[in-house]
Amino acid sequence: MTIPASRKLWLGYAVAMLWLYVLLWPLIGIKPEGLEFATSTEIWAKLAVVSAILLALWQLKQRGVFDFVSRPAQAASQVFTKAADRVPTWIWLVFVLAGALVFPFLTERYAHDVAISVLVYICLGLGLNVVVGMAGLLDLGYIAFYGVGAYTYALLSVHFGLSFWLCLPLAGAFAAVAGCIIGYPTLRMRGDYLAIVTLGFGEIVRIVLNNWMSLTNGPNGILGIKAPGVYWWQDGKVEHIWLGSLEQLYYVILGLAVCTVVAVYRINNSRIGRAFEAVREDQTAAELMGVNTLGIKLLAYAMGAIFGGLAGAFFASRMRFVSPESFTFIESAMVLAMVVLGGMGSIPGVILGALALIALPEIFRGFELYRMFVFGGVMAMMMLFRPKGLWPAKRMGVRSEEKD
Amino acid sequence: MALMAILELSDISVRFGGLQALTDVSFRVSEGDIVGLIGPNGAGKTTVFNVITGVYQTSSGQVSYDGRPLRALRPHKILALGVARTFQNIRLFQNMTALENVMVAQHSRTREGVFGAILRTRAQKREEERIREKAMQALVFMGLEDFADEVASNMAYGLQRRLEIARALGSDPQTLLLDEPAAGLNPAESLELMNTIGRISELGVSILMVEHDMKVVMGICRSIVVLDHGVMIAEGKPEEIQRDARVIEAYLGQ
Repeated sequence: MTIPASRKLWLGYAVAMLWLYVLLWPLIGIKPEGLEFATSTEIWAKLAVVSAILLALWQLKQRGVFDFVSRPAQAASQVFTKAADRVPTWIWLVFVLAGALVFPFLTERYAHDVAISVLVYICLGLGLNVVVGMAGLLDLGYIAFYGVGAYTYALLSVHFGLSFWLCLPLAGAFAAVAGCIIGYPTLRMRGDYLAIVTLGFGEIVRIVLNNWMSLTNGPNGILGIKAPGVYWWQDGKVEHIWLGSLEQLYYVILGLAVCTVVAVYRINNSRIGRAFEAVREDQTAAELMGVNTLGIKLLAYAMGAIFGGLAGAFFASRMRFVSPESFTFIESAMVLAMVVLGGMGSIPGVILGALALIALPEIFRGFELYRMFVFGGVMAMMMLFRPKGLWPAKRMGVRSEEKD
Repeated sequence: MALMAILELSDISVRFGGLQALTDVSFRVSEGDIVGLIGPNGAGKTTVFNVITGVYQTSSGQVSYDGRPLRALRPHKILALGVARTFQNIRLFQNMTALENVMVAQHSRTREGVFGAILRTRAQKREEERIREKAMQALVFMGLEDFADEVASNMAYGLQRRLEIARALGSDPQTLLLDEPAAGLNPAESLELMNTIGRISELGVSILMVEHDMKVVMGICRSIVVLDHGVMIAEGKPEEIQRDARVIEAYLGQ
């Protein structure tokens, strides 16, 4: 790096630090007792020193001072990626699946709980991915379908005693109907307007659940939902057992998640998936190339809603309790964040996104106070450095740039 | 013997608020014909395309295709009837590969739904195979087989133009509307394009094209329609059009 460029960098750094102080001091230094500078200055100075050291190291690296370390490291990582590429995809899949299957035996209750949440969010993320990632329709009220699915199972289980397995398709169907109801009026909208309307619909569903006392018991929620039951060989005869424990529920949701992954993958690589993408890329051109864009968009809503509804039914059976509180806007935002963070339209991306947003905060429970701060920071960084997500979407064909 | 008219516009008028975009335009494209639609900028040529493909509704008049009125049909239905088009400003599905772009065009010719896709039924697999084959054929026809897996946005401009035509052909059209296919092409590419259009015509596809490049238009069109300010000012064989006083006036001014 030349000297003027380096000067510009440090000047930028100085401005950034000044700006940081202007931001930091009002947050920390203004108190009812008066103004205080000591604490904020101390924190600021620590941050400034650490970032200055990092910046200096980066600059040295740019000049090649660390080449003796980084060169061999790079070569090693290249060898590793090449070797990893040679292993066919299905072997990786088998490894991941085997890992997921033995997971409950290696861990304890708390980990099961987190894993179940992650898998629920994977289902939700994949469903939203159909709408947002594939069809390109920004949906800010997606959690409404999760709510519809959860309440469908909750009500049918409590009032009619219907089994989970029967309610699962029903929950999907009800959610699909809800998806069409929400989708239909928004079909001719694009972009920002669509986002606002879906946001409104999401809230409508929650508020209806909250106020329809006679049906949903309002904010008190519904208690006494049954866990999934199965007939299982036990003590020499077939018996009906409830899958109430966390390990058993883990396998139920694992199965559901695997089905969701397979379904979304197959839709993605089909005529319907291509039509979704064509609508996302250029709606007018898609219509003129023979895609019934209104029908396809409605289908995208319905498909997304079905996956949300299935996840919702599981959620109700796992919590044994539903209340409107679980279906607030922040949940929609969370699922959307997973899709964007992971990579729009990418299945492994969404899975990584769910892991990152659900599992990581659990691991860092100790820093709970700073969670949202870190969350915001990470999102901003991601959008700057990896705008296409952790694992960007790759379409079916081998792209020529990857061939060699 | 007069050829059967496959596409017929009768007294088409289109108004956008106070702007009269087209006034009483009538012409026909016969089966297997190559018709050129020319005129100065803003003459309403692309509007004619948008009317035929159902993007705009006419204020009065009627478009009929194969004896069927097209009024109130949505664009995807019109494509299903066999009218495909390309765009003046390239409108490919930028993030999809060339092959996928063409595969989309088969959408209206295929029927497998979500459940077929999720369960991967045998019928779905067979259909998917057929879509791929058809799309590949269209790419081969346009000489793009080496770029099948290339993402559209990474392709060179001339290739993107060809891919647009390949995508339109991928829908098995009977009639092809080409909107300035030679725009931005160099002379060698234009020559190749003329050749290609000739080959498409040999497949039995009727062609209506808007084009500014007179060498291309005069070289391959069997008849030409001239628009100026939304009004049809001439119609006839290329050599007649070249001598027509009103056409010369429209292009050169008085």
